[in-house]
Amino acid sequence: MIRFEEVTKEYPDGTRAVKNLNLEIRKGEFVCLIGPSGCGKTTTLKMVNRLVEPTRGTIYVDGQDIMKVDPVHLRRRIGYVIQQIGLFPHMTIEENIALVPRLLGWDRERCRRRVEELLPLVGLDPDQYRHRYPRELSGGQQQRVGVLRALAAEPDLILMDEPFGALDPITREALQDELKKLQAKLHKTILFVTHDMDEALKLADRIVLMKDGEVVQDGSPEDLLRHPANDFVAAFIGRERMAQAVGATPVEELMIRRPVTAGPSKGLAEAVQLMRQKRVDSVVVVDEDNRLLGVVTARQIQQHRDRARTLGEIMSGEPACVEVGAPVTEALQRMFVERLDHLPVVDRERRLVGLITRTTLVDLLSREGWPNGSPGGSGQGVSA
Amino acid sequence: MNEWERVLRVLTDPAVHRAVWVQTGQHIYLSVVPVLAAALVAVPLGVFLTRARRLAEPVMNLVGVLQTLPSLALLAFMIPLLGIGRLPAMTALFLYALLPILRNTYAGLRAVDPALIEAGRGMGMTSWQLLFLVELPLAFRVIMSGIRVATVLIIGWATLAAYVGAGGLGDLILTGFATVSAGHIIAGGVPVTLLAILADWALGRLERAVTPRGIRV
Repeated sequence: MIRFEEVTKEYPDGTRAVKNLNLEIRKGEFVCLIGPSGCGKTTTLKMVNRLVEPTRGTIYVDGQDIMKVDPVHLRRRIGYVIQQIGLFPHMTIEENIALVPRLLGWDRERCRRRVEELLPLVGLDPDQYRHRYPRELSGGQQQRVGVLRALAAEPDLILMDEPFGALDPITREALQDELKKLQAKLHKTILFVTHDMDEALKLADRIVLMKDGEVVQDGSPEDLLRHPANDFVAAFIGRERMAQAVGATPVEELMIRRPVTAGPSKGLAEAVQLMRQKRVDSVVVVDEDNRLLGVVTARQIQQHRDRARTLGEIMSGEPACVEVGAPVTEALQRMFVERLDHLPVVDRERRLVGLITRTTLVDLLSREGWPNGSPGGSGQGVSA
Repeated sequence: MNEWERVLRVLTDPAVHRAVWVQTGQHIYLSVVPVLAAALVAVPLGVFLTRARRLAEPVMNLVGVLQTLPSLALLAFMIPLLGIGRLPAMTALFLYALLPILRNTYAGLRAVDPALIEAGRGMGMTSWQLLFLVELPLAFRVIMSGIRVATVLIIGWATLAAYVGAGGLGDLILTGFATVSAGHIIAGGVPVTLLAILADWALGRLERAVTPRGIRV
């Protein structure tokens, strides 16, 4: 959808706002450009609709070199939302929204219908609002209209330059939620400039972090949080957020992937043999479909070995377990509260996929505050 | 016959009444034409100067100098160039009307929020569309008030046009000076004042009427 090839922007005073930028944004992606002020993110954005023209390099939109397209035509097919909102105060809400369609020569009726279609998308009643003027609306409502104005002519690509930066925190959050919902419905390609990491993490499919005109890291929000490229990225994201992200790690990332299992009819002696071989202190009991039946520990075997012969006889009836996707912190909390040594991880059909043990906590601790550290899972309950 | 009786006699003289009507007509013509002409020149010039900002300062200064010339001197200066009659008078008035209109046009356009201009450009307006759909409508109030100030100013100064034989209510006032007749001065001066007040009020109404509701204050 957008491709930057070796793009450099130099201002007459010699400052290089953007340096040899290579970046590709695919159709339907929501990409946040983020970085401290002066990092070149806004310049990058404005080069896409030629409000700023690159000094060197080529930018393609839809495969077309934008320097070979009439900027006026280019801009009419790219939605644009700015921080200052920029609704025209002398035009009604309807006139503001229908501006680009009008420039494109849509007839009156089509414009009217489009406005009627758009206003409800952001929860504004057309009959009530279409003939109002921008100043009769609150800031949040104005920027909602600003977003609609960018959508009016049905562009595939929308540029947003810190669109919610001037709003109060509560309104900002509401608009972020609405934008997210809107995007889920419309699947536009969105290039979104912000300096607010929370906003980027919340909205973006992909975050491009810039500094001094260069891309420092380009990846999914997950990537940035878990594997920051360097100290600058880590500092920009902030330790607190990274720690939170580690806590939100899903269980499957830290669980033991192939726990030692056995069928319920397995004899106790055999089971002990198995545990000894694998150097573990427990075995997960599953049926032939790998469905979870229970967990038996070495201690349980020791207590019951006189009376029972198979694992099925001594395993606890309704074993505790977590489903795939649950955060690790939740699993650990349960283990702590319910005094569990082991917590099997199952899929939706209760099939065993892994096991969380106390060692998992050690893994988690080793991740926190270690930008590059991501030790893999270790042996099953060896230290338990 | 005391002073009051003399004034009263002049003010009730049908010949003076006729002169007031005729000269009021002349006066309006003498004021309106230069102001309109000045608006036709100054508004486009003001637009141009916002596009060529380096010229703005020198042009504005030049027009400012015209403004500071004593009006009588300017009128006298017109005689060798354009002779006597309406043409030199209206030319001088035109030059006077330029500055307030030019200055307000320039200031009005410059005062348009740059964010709106950027929004317009970013949405794909051509520079003409930007001018006619955004900049001029938003600067309209300020431009109009420049025209209003110029009109009131010119209605006052048009009395001097009588010195170069252009007619207008200045004729009655000059007669009053020459004959030491307060009646004639009143017969000429009061309508000038009323004209100025009326013009100010009417243009104010017009300004309001054509300002979109969204930007009325």
